[in-house]
Amino acid sequence: MTHPSDWRDLRVAITGGTSGLGLALVRALHAAGAHVAFVARNAARVASTAAALPGTHGIVGDVARKDDTHRIALQINAALGGLDVLIHNASTLGPTPLRLLADTDCEDLEAALATNLVGPFRLTKALLGALAASARDGGHPCIVHITSDAAVTPYASWGAYSASKAALLHMSRIWHEELHDLGIEVLAQDPGDMDTPLHAAALPDADPASLKRPAAAAAELLDRIAFTRAAIAGAPA
Amino acid sequence: MRAAHRPQQRPRDARLLVVDEAGRMRDAPRARLIECLQRGDLLVANDAATLPASLHGVHVRSGAPIEVRLAGRRSLRVDDVHRFSAIVFGAGDHRTRTEERAAPPALRRGDLLRLGPLHARVLRMLDHPRLIELRFDGSADDIWAGIARHGKPIQYAHLRDPLALWDVWTRVAALPVAFEPPSAGFMLDWSLLHALRRHGIGFATLTHAAGLSSTGDPALDARLPFDEPYHLPAATVRAIEITRRTGGRVVAVGTTVTRALEHAAARAGGTPRAGDGVADQRIGASTRLRVVDALLSGTHEPGSSHHELLRAFVPAEVLARADAALAALGYRTHEFGDSVLIRDMRTQRAAAFVGTPGNEGPAARVGSVESAH
Repeated sequence: MTHPSDWRDLRVAITGGTSGLGLALVRALHAAGAHVAFVARNAARVASTAAALPGTHGIVGDVARKDDTHRIALQINAALGGLDVLIHNASTLGPTPLRLLADTDCEDLEAALATNLVGPFRLTKALLGALAASARDGGHPCIVHITSDAAVTPYASWGAYSASKAALLHMSRIWHEELHDLGIEVLAQDPGDMDTPLHAAALPDADPASLKRPAAAAAELLDRIAFTRAAIAGAPA
Repeated sequence: MRAAHRPQQRPRDARLLVVDEAGRMRDAPRARLIECLQRGDLLVANDAATLPASLHGVHVRSGAPIEVRLAGRRSLRVDDVHRFSAIVFGAGDHRTRTEERAAPPALRRGDLLRLGPLHARVLRMLDHPRLIELRFDGSADDIWAGIARHGKPIQYAHLRDPLALWDVWTRVAALPVAFEPPSAGFMLDWSLLHALRRHGIGFATLTHAAGLSSTGDPALDARLPFDEPYHLPAATVRAIEITRRTGGRVVAVGTTVTRALEHAAARAGGTPRAGDGVADQRIGASTRLRVVDALLSGTHEPGSSHHELLRAFVPAEVLARADAALAALGYRTHEFGDSVLIRDMRTQRAAAFVGTPGNEGPAARVGSVESAH
C-alpha cells in the first residue's frame, strides 16, 4: 500500500484529458509518477498528448455515447491493471454562444445532460467493480466530479450547462452516500473560473489574465484528493 | 431444464436450488439467497470483466472470412497482451450453433489475420485445425483499443438478440480478462453486497480469466477447461483465513472461483497463497476440496466440465437427484439462468447451512426435492 499522499504508482483515469483542466491534470499526474489513462474524443489530440507524455495511455472515446462507455472502461482497466482514482472532467457548455433557456433547443439540453450527467453516471457504474476492488485492497479509491459555481448559482443564459452541473453535483452527493460504506470516496470540485477553451467559448471577451491557470486548479484538486485519501486511510475501517 | 433466452442478469423470478450438507434439497427464490448464509460466511466472486473476444475478419492468404474467438492468455499482466490462444471458425456467425459452424480455411504458421483494425499472425497450430496461438501487432494500448472497438462478446445461438458488453459484465467486473462471462456473478448487485455487510457476511474477489465453456467441437471440448491465469489478492486470502478461524464457510461464486482457490491452495499445501497463478487442474469426483465449502453457481448440464466440477462437492447419487430436481422444477440453464447453492458434502469442514428458506408456492413442492436420501 502506498502512502495516500504519494501519487507514485497510483492508477488514475481522467476524462476530457486533452485540453484545459483535464490536460493540466494529466501533466501533473504524469510528473508525479502516477499511472495515467485519459479519454478524449479527438484521436489526433489523444495521440499527440500521449506522445508528449510517454507512459500515459490515451483512449479515444466520447463519454456521452452509451456504446463507448464499456469500451472506455475496458481500456482504462486494461491499461492500468485496475483503477484507484476516476476524475470526471469532460464537460460541454451546451450551445454556444450561450443563450437564454427559452431559446435553447431541447436537443441541446439533452446533449449537455448526456456529456455532463449521464456520461459520468455510466462510466462510474462501469468502473465501480475496479474501484471497489481497489478499496478491498486498501487503495482508498476516489471518484471526482468537476462541477462549477453554475451548479449552485443560477446565471441567466447558462441554462443547459447549469442544469446539467447542478444535477451532476447532486448525483455526486448521492454516490458519496451510497459508496462511503464500500470505502470509495466521492468528491465534487468546483475548480473556479479558469483560462480554458471552455471558458473562452462561454465568455469570449474575458481577460485571460484575470482567470486561474488550469495548472493551479489541477494542483489544488490533487492536494484535495491526497488529503481526502489520507483521511480515509487514517480513519478506522 | 430450459435455456434462458433473455440476457437478463437478475430476473425477479430467478430460482435457487439449495443442496445442504446432508444432500437435502430446497427450492427457493434466489432473492432470498442471504437467508441461506450466516454471519461469518464469506462469498468469493470472480471480478473479471468479459472481453469482447469474438473478432471477425479475413484470413489474408485465402481471402476467406473468419471469426477468431480469443480463448486463452499466459498471464494477466497488462502488457502481456500480444499472444493469445484462439479458436477459429469459418464463414458465418453465432446464429449458427457452434456445433454446425464451418471449418476455417487451412491455417498455417505465419498466416496473417486481418481482424478489423487488428493484425495478427498465426504463431503455431495447437494440435487441432481450429486451435491456434496468434500474435497481435502493435502496442499494448493499440491492441486493447482494437479489441474494445472491433470485438463483440461471444454470442450464443440460444439468445434472441446479440449481447452487448454491458450484458456480459457482472456488477463487480473490473480487469477485462475473461473470455466468457463468469456468469455465476450475474446474481450479484450492489444492493446484495450492502445487505451482506449488514448481515456480517464477507465479500471478497479474485480475478480469473474464465475461458470458453464450449467450442462446438467434441475433440476441443474434451480439452476444456483450458489453463486459466488468475490473481488472488492478499485481502481475499486474509478474509479466507478469518473465515476459517471463526468457523464460517467459504462460498465460491462460480466454478472459476472454485478452480482458482483450490489451485492456489493445492500448490501451497492447503492454505491458498496470494498472488498470480495459472489454474491447470481439473476438478471432479476425485478432487478433495481444501478451501471451498459451498458453491453458488449457475445450473450446468451433464457432460460439461462445469458439471463435472460439481462431483467434487456431492456424491453422484445426490448430483443425479439435483439434476432431476432442476428438470422437474423447470429451472433455466445457461449463462442467464437460475442458480444452485451446493454444500460440500464430502469434506464438511464448517457448520451446516441454517435458515434455509422454505418453499414458496405450490409449484415449488416436489417430493424428491424435500426428501433426504
